[in-house]
Amino acid sequence: MDAGRFWTILKRRGLTFFAGVPDSTLSAVYSAISDDEEVRYVPAVREDVALGISSAAYLTGEMGGVLMQNSGIGNIVNPLSSFNLIYRIPVLLVIGWRGAGGPETDAPEHWIMGEKTCQILDLLEVPYITQDDASFEKDLDELLRTMKREAKPGAVLVHRGAITQ
Amino acid sequence: MKRYEAVETILRSVGSDDLVLTTTGMISREAFAADDRPGTFYMIGSMGLLSSLGLGLALLKPDHRVVIVDGDGSALMSLGTLPLIAHEAPTNLTYVVLDNHAYESTGGQYCISCRADLSRIAEAAGFRDVRQTADPGELENHMRALSAVDGPVCIHVNVEMGRVDGILRVAHSPTQIRDRLQRHLLST
Repeated sequence: MDAGRFWTILKRRGLTFFAGVPDSTLSAVYSAISDDEEVRYVPAVREDVALGISSAAYLTGEMGGVLMQNSGIGNIVNPLSSFNLIYRIPVLLVIGWRGAGGPETDAPEHWIMGEKTCQILDLLEVPYITQDDASFEKDLDELLRTMKREAKPGAVLVHRGAITQ
Repeated sequence: MKRYEAVETILRSVGSDDLVLTTTGMISREAFAADDRPGTFYMIGSMGLLSSLGLGLALLKPDHRVVIVDGDGSALMSLGTLPLIAHEAPTNLTYVVLDNHAYESTGGQYCISCRADLSRIAEAAGFRDVRQTADPGELENHMRALSAVDGPVCIHVNVEMGRVDGILRVAHSPTQIRDRLQRHLLST
């Protein structure tokens, strides 16, 4: 899927306020909004900071999003468990999934988190989908319904090469 | 000045439309005790997260003044958020840091803010306006002057150690705190 299409799908669902930390898996996703006036993107310094910023959207009646790499999941465990999941504040986490294919497929720093990404989200009971062109809109709508019903964050995991310029 | 006096002064000086966000621990408990106003959001957990939530609110709600009341420990925990606030530069944001050089909510452990000068850090981070005070009258003047000042403003308040007796925990649940602020934003 190209990044323009990806953003069209998010914007159509009212997702226009984002904060994040760069990730090479999502590089096309970031560059597609560099001059898009419909999306506000705050270049946060850490993933927990990005989550704090984007959480503000829910207090104003909207929903915010975070763009990040899965290595940053470690940085959001605390705000998820002691902020978003107790105040029940949904945020869409768009997470580039490094190390998804196992240790042979990526650099050493991605081996552990690459394997544990889904387990950590499961442990925190954060619902997630994996971006798949064939069913993305349907999967995303289902995820957003769950997030709104349960008032909690949810994640879209994105494989390397899945979203292009 | 005691921290409670600083919290009370801040709450007395803000307008009813102003959003006040208070950090985890004693600062939220004292704000709850001093004046449990509808435009206040108590962060009961997630130390260090308040400044980024406040930045998001200030960007999304430019017609409201957003007053973040942080502690020295939580300021240092998320120090990177200060230059981010300065970079995004919401004119409606005021960052107040109550500095007693200690982690008093957890028993008064030593904090490095006695050497790391948070005023100079805020200046270097790029805050448009940085003030420092240890006097309640001066704090009130700074707070009341905010409507005439373009932010982001940092007010670094030196406070003494010491709790006030009888300060209870915030009685609202996290979702009640969330819903109250949502309603306040809808009605103002």
